[in-house]
Amino acid sequence: MKGSLLSIDDIKKIAKLANIPISEKQSEELIKQVGVTVAYVSKLQELPTDGVIETSQVTGLENVMREDVVDESRMFSQVEALKNATHTHNGFFVVDAVLEASE
Amino acid sequence: MLYWRQVNKNLLDLSILELAKRLQDKSITSVELVDESYERMEASESVIHAAITIRDKKEALALAKKADETRTAHSSPLHGMPYVVKDGYVTKDLRTTAASKVLDTFMSPYNATVIEKLEAKGAILIGKMNMDAWGHGASTENTDYPVTKNPWDITRSAGGSGGGPAAAIALRYVPFAIGEDTGGSIRLPAAWCGITSLKVTYGRVSRYGAIAYASSLDTVGPTAKTAEDCAVVLEAIAGVDPKDATSSPHAVDDYANGMTKSLTGKRIAFPTEYYKEGLDTEIKAAIFKAREQFVSLGAVVEDVSMPLLEFGVPVYYILAPSETSSNLGRYDGVRYGNGRELFTKETSRRVMTGTYALSSGYYDAYYKKAQKARTVFIKNYASILSKYDAILAPVTTVPATKFGALLEDPVANMMMDVYNVTVNIVGVPSLALPCGFTKDGLPMGMQLIGNMHGEKTLISLGSAYQSATDWHTKTPQGVTI
Repeated sequence: MKGSLLSIDDIKKIAKLANIPISEKQSEELIKQVGVTVAYVSKLQELPTDGVIETSQVTGLENVMREDVVDESRMFSQVEALKNATHTHNGFFVVDAVLEASE
Repeated sequence: MLYWRQVNKNLLDLSILELAKRLQDKSITSVELVDESYERMEASESVIHAAITIRDKKEALALAKKADETRTAHSSPLHGMPYVVKDGYVTKDLRTTAASKVLDTFMSPYNATVIEKLEAKGAILIGKMNMDAWGHGASTENTDYPVTKNPWDITRSAGGSGGGPAAAIALRYVPFAIGEDTGGSIRLPAAWCGITSLKVTYGRVSRYGAIAYASSLDTVGPTAKTAEDCAVVLEAIAGVDPKDATSSPHAVDDYANGMTKSLTGKRIAFPTEYYKEGLDTEIKAAIFKAREQFVSLGAVVEDVSMPLLEFGVPVYYILAPSETSSNLGRYDGVRYGNGRELFTKETSRRVMTGTYALSSGYYDAYYKKAQKARTVFIKNYASILSKYDAILAPVTTVPATKFGALLEDPVANMMMDVYNVTVNIVGVPSLALPCGFTKDGLPMGMQLIGNMHGEKTLISLGSAYQSATDWHTKTPQGVTI
């Protein structure tokens, strides 16, 4: 994959994983644009990192805990929690069905 | 045709501490300040588009009146001071969009910690400023709202991602703004708009309520006219926050105290690789002049080698898209906001690049490799900063670009932050400040990069430079055609 452009199937697979709806025309564009980015960042393979430990955060903090108590001032009422949702029903969010009923 | 009216009032040219002094001795009022803010916005917003959402003027004036009535000798210097934020912070009273139509009508049920802290000091939020949607960009052209124009040349970008707050300060809408910097988003627009800004140490200011772009790189910081103004604001917003487990318990300094005009004993590193090919010759000349200025103020400036520069953008463009692909997963249009089909092209590209870097079979070659490179960068910076108080670097390769130059070219977009991204990768602070103008009258900037929690040192260096120069006092005069 290094240095080469992605295939249309790669782009469609990535779009599916990323949950980004794309048209055929967009996937053509994205092959080039995501491909260019991937090719560019592949330069990193030239940097020697044998034996180097990964860094995931820079604070040096570990296991930051809070008291195991409920803080009611940070709780939303049902009305507050729902106020930005487009589809609600009886005080609940409406979501797409995940499982379809079989025939 | 006049692009924008000149405003006859000029209180907002004054520093925060000077304004605070005058508010204390009652020679001016917050009502006057807020009134001037609105007059300035009304004069130029129809052209500049620094803001996405502006608070109702009557509401802001009522808050100013209340601030005038409640001011005491112990009030914060920010009491009754109008300010704006990049629209990447959630606010209860004003809609929050992150410049994306996905959140076009979003009303947050809570305030970001930085908003709460400023409200507690009595500061008055008057607007939510423009940006590249989700922070994805270096020119604010990736906004879903009218694009911010550079106040120095309206055919050019104000920079990004925080072009809105930077243009607002350049036009003196308010004494300060809050920006957000993940890979240069505070510093690049500051350089292109001729203002001063501070990218803080990672964790110095709580990220609670900052709409996440790349969580291990995101920082919350001030944008203002001077280093001293940034210091006053930083003191108000810094500190540990139980709502952000990555916020730093390190003591908050009195950042604005102890500034001197002499830099005797201070040591500044000058990374020679940063001044080679790719850097605009006028910017290079301006920073070499600034180097001499630091020497004449008493500092020692020495050439050093920072050879990893070329690997900075590749590391950033693996880590940041990876993190953003995860962070933006929450925008599914169910609990709030609209659907993912409304993401800009740039956001789609970054989310997909990140998804690829994290996907099975590629994780080790990209994401894990970048995390190892991050360690290498941290060691390289530490080896320099253990011997120097700051590193003097450019902010951008070129002055403000014409519109369109960065929009459809992912690599050009990435390269614009070549000097900025490693600062976020390492987590150290950086102060960006004006260092001159091109022959075409465009502002140029430089940055002073310091040690973890070295903000106070950076502010004293920047402040000494600004006491000896006047670049930071220049304002765009508007244009007539």
